[in-house]
Amino acid sequence: MISYIIRRLLIAIPTIFILIVASWALMKVAPGGPFASERPIPPVILANLEARYGLDQPEWKQLWDYFYNIVVHFDFGPSFKFKDRDVNDIIAQGFPISLTYGFLSFLAASIVGIGLGVTAAIRHNSWVDYSAVSAGIAAQALPNFIMGPILILIFTLYLGWLPGGGWNGGQWQYLIMPVIALSTSFMGSISRIMRSSMLEVLNSNFIRTARAKGLPERTIIWRHAMKPAMLPVVSYLGPVFVAVLTGSVFVDMYFSTGGLGQAYVNSALQRDYSVLLGVTILYGTLTVTVNLITDLAYAWFDPKIRF
Amino acid sequence: MTSKSLLGALLATTVLATPVFAADKQHPTTGEALAHDQTFTYRVLDEQSSVDPQVVEDVSGSEIVRDLFEGLMNQDADGNLIPGVATGYTTNAEKTVYTFTLRKDAKWSNGDPVTANDFVYAWRRATDPELASPYSWFMEIMSIQNVSEILAGEMPTSELGVRAVDDYTFEVTLSAALPYFAQMTTHATTFPTHQATVEKYGKEWTRPENIVSNGAYVLTEHLPNERSVRERNTMYWNNDATIVDKVVALVINDENVAFTRFQAGELDRTEIPSGQYPRLSEEMPDKVLVAPRLCSYYYNVNLTETGNPALQDVRVRQALSLALDRDIITQNVTAGGQIPAYTFTPGATAGFEVPDSEAAGMTQAERDAKAMALMAEAGYGKDNPLDLSLVYNTSEGHKKIAIAASQMWKQKLGVNVELSNQEWQVFLQTRSNAEYEVARAGWCGDYNEASTFLDLVQSGSGYNDSKYNNPEVDALLAEAKTMDDPTANYTAVEAIIERDVPIIPIYHYTINYMMDTDLGGWPVNNVEQNWYSRDLYKIAE
Amino acid sequence: MFGKNVKHQDLANEVNAELNVKGRSLLRDARDRFVRNKAAMASLFIMIFIALFTIVGPYFAVWSNEEIDWNRMGDIARQGVPNLENGHFFGLDELGRDMYARVIQATTISLLVGLIGAFMALVVGTLYGTISGFVGGRVDSIMMRIVDILMAIPGTLVIILLLVVAGRSFVMLFIALGAVSWLTMARIVRGQTLALKNREFIEAARAAGVSETVIMFRHILPNLMGVVIVYASLLVPDMILAESFISFLGLGISEPYTSLGRLIAEGAGTMAYGTLWQLAFPLTFYVAIIISMFFIGDGLRDALDPKDR
Repeated sequence: MISYIIRRLLIAIPTIFILIVASWALMKVAPGGPFASERPIPPVILANLEARYGLDQPEWKQLWDYFYNIVVHFDFGPSFKFKDRDVNDIIAQGFPISLTYGFLSFLAASIVGIGLGVTAAIRHNSWVDYSAVSAGIAAQALPNFIMGPILILIFTLYLGWLPGGGWNGGQWQYLIMPVIALSTSFMGSISRIMRSSMLEVLNSNFIRTARAKGLPERTIIWRHAMKPAMLPVVSYLGPVFVAVLTGSVFVDMYFSTGGLGQAYVNSALQRDYSVLLGVTILYGTLTVTVNLITDLAYAWFDPKIRF
Repeated sequence: MTSKSLLGALLATTVLATPVFAADKQHPTTGEALAHDQTFTYRVLDEQSSVDPQVVEDVSGSEIVRDLFEGLMNQDADGNLIPGVATGYTTNAEKTVYTFTLRKDAKWSNGDPVTANDFVYAWRRATDPELASPYSWFMEIMSIQNVSEILAGEMPTSELGVRAVDDYTFEVTLSAALPYFAQMTTHATTFPTHQATVEKYGKEWTRPENIVSNGAYVLTEHLPNERSVRERNTMYWNNDATIVDKVVALVINDENVAFTRFQAGELDRTEIPSGQYPRLSEEMPDKVLVAPRLCSYYYNVNLTETGNPALQDVRVRQALSLALDRDIITQNVTAGGQIPAYTFTPGATAGFEVPDSEAAGMTQAERDAKAMALMAEAGYGKDNPLDLSLVYNTSEGHKKIAIAASQMWKQKLGVNVELSNQEWQVFLQTRSNAEYEVARAGWCGDYNEASTFLDLVQSGSGYNDSKYNNPEVDALLAEAKTMDDPTANYTAVEAIIERDVPIIPIYHYTINYMMDTDLGGWPVNNVEQNWYSRDLYKIAE
Repeated sequence: MFGKNVKHQDLANEVNAELNVKGRSLLRDARDRFVRNKAAMASLFIMIFIALFTIVGPYFAVWSNEEIDWNRMGDIARQGVPNLENGHFFGLDELGRDMYARVIQATTISLLVGLIGAFMALVVGTLYGTISGFVGGRVDSIMMRIVDILMAIPGTLVIILLLVVAGRSFVMLFIALGAVSWLTMARIVRGQTLALKNREFIEAARAAGVSETVIMFRHILPNLMGVVIVYASLLVPDMILAESFISFLGLGISEPYTSLGRLIAEGAGTMAYGTLWQLAFPLTFYVAIIISMFFIGDGLRDALDPKDR
């Protein structure tokens, strides 16, 4: 087990290395530069800017310096666009926000999704089942970005219950709409996966045996059926966690939460090289870590798997 | 000190120092009753680039800088020059040396006096290749002595033509006379900075916990991509006249969401969502605010060989320009009260007389007829259609105008237009390398004078993306630089532009705000939209 | 392989014949199961209807997808309402263009994006996965490491960068979507290949002297088709959803062409201003396509994978 984890972590290092080089290369191939603007900057001033950010160095040297600063100083460099902040600041400011509402959305999506799925499976072919299934499918089929303006219209304008955006240190009023908007579609897919896997388990032989022994239904579901039924859900939760953290740009855009999703997309569009790379490394590391945790969790749920 | 305790301290001093504006207070000049809560909240589209005066490069950042810092001169509600830190200035006979007299009571937010040395430091800093300010070009067009050499790294910044004669006398030497030089000192790049603070904190000096500023407000909170808050600076020399206590800028990307939040009462000011002007001006006329701005929206026509060969024919260019129904574009497409443009320079520009344009005087039907005739003359028509590509940068607004324009050209002139939208950075490259046929462009004046627009059609200008080259225009513009009244020259240049059509003007921008009725003092007539929060006030409801 | 032997060849033919017969009956079973699945069949009919609509619909259109109705564009909220008489069956968009023509065109694009994107993932993923699993050994572990690494790169980044680097075009959009979606397919296919590789009929073919390439193409690939088709059908809605997100970021296809995602993003922006049809029509088509594809995918899985029954 330990050696397995170590092996996985060792693979993660070249993974992230390749990730950086690949993003770097793509970025450099992309037309435009971080200092282009409506009003083209005179060549002399452009040269000054490039010198200041080391862009006048040969590419290999830039890449080398970049790695060196990360490994030695844990410094991801200055932002080209926001000249009085550096990448460490931007991540330190935006990531906790994304993590907060992302994690809450993840919790909401898994708890409600699993709950709905289990309920639907237990009450198979009843109205409960049908409405849970339709709700799940509807939630999954709607493009999640339309949730933003709809929620703001309802809760801010018509009902006047919630502030229309902002973060404000993460007070609960400011969290509700981002969490609903972000979690809805995942809620739908989790409930669908949970329902079908629970149905499959409930029809399996060992559950029939348990029923035949006269165990109460509650015990059967919680003690026996739940764990094996969770397997497909667990392998799905990893990607969901990564998705709620990295796919949150529409939440930041509609709710002005100030999270990292928006900073990320903007940095790609504005060629803010250092921010883009910094966040890519963060997201890549996160993906690798989450994948590892998912695999370990999978092992716990499925005793057949050995490392 | 942490930002929280600083904030607390500031609030405490605010309460102590200004117990003046209670609920029943009245505005000193208008006599309107003032609201108890003097907080002004407005929407900005994007996070500001910086609040460092010498570094800031975007409009919303400059708005904040104008509140936090005060330069030599300010503008009043009509855009006229009024004293700022300087009480006035004198010039020599050749108008190449400007001497500003600074007020003695101006203070930094930490209590230090504002002196001529602060300006010397800031102006040198703006030209320092090491800071590499993206707006150092502004110092260059101010024609300060030695500025080009300093930017090129050939001279140290100490050679810049600025000097503190004494603590309260600031002297600038120009390399050539510039009639609108004093106007340019209202621009953020020229504002003073506090040397000790900048040197102590490096680039982190603009953080709320570090910043020292000399304007009517200090920065108390900044959450990137969410909000920035500025509050009354009790050290400001004219603090007693400031009414608004707190100004909050909220970053809201989506204009429709911003409008919803405006309706919910969370904002005092936002932009009119595109296309909603006609409806809103009917439903809530008292909240809709539209006023001219010094900006033009136009299409560049590539005149080089890399462009469409058909566009070398002036008749084709004229036809394209004439066939654009600017009334439909401004009323139905942009629908934000924009002004149809037949000249490049907006009519609202100071000292600019709109020439008697032939096209402006015609009806659209006449223009269309003329356009069709010109096209036929040039050999194009329904049976020999012209193929044209029109490129714009990705944005809802530009897209709509491009679609409308392409349909007008298609239906009236039989031109097949291929639309392509490019993402901003790609677009800029395409346009400045002249790898397009027709491209969208916009330009806002840097100062209130026609040359800020017309310099763009000068053959040597770096912003002349059409690559227009007309010696006559160059001569008229060069002459205008030294004339006492260059109006006639500007009018002549506009007439030539209308004839040669290197660019197709479409409309002049307007500010189009949804503004809460309880907000008073907005400088509607300031065409540069240089507004200062200290001039605003909230009316009691 | 050793020289060809007539006996071996006969045996191999027999094995193949056996497989073909069995395969056909399996397929027939699957078809029967699918037909009995009411939700899947209904969805299939809806999809056929939508596909037909995109083909036949344009013949009824009075306006083209790019024409502006100059007379009505000034007052969309009142004059742009869906109307059978003036030919704007689905109303007007914000710029005075006919929503009926635009919805048809957008539906075509979205369907193409879904189908071609899924097809690209299918081709690349199947080839990659089969080779990796079939060759095995060091090649397998290197190929799978590459997939692991690529999976760690956030898909959003790949899509944004590809679209930014190469400019917008239909082809690029498909490549970008395909580039991020073949990975999972490759993994699934590899797993299946590994399981199939040691099955008796493969051993038999090998013993009969059938070459490795032929085994891969004649015996492994056909047996993967069930899994691959199921997964690809589930990818179609994912592709459409992904495209709508790209459109939301403004990186989708160029005007005057549009996609359902783009129309929905535009309609959602203006829904508070009394022009709800701009959202309702594209959203209806979009949701109908996504839900139908869900059910068809589920139906195919149930039909082709009898273990669930």
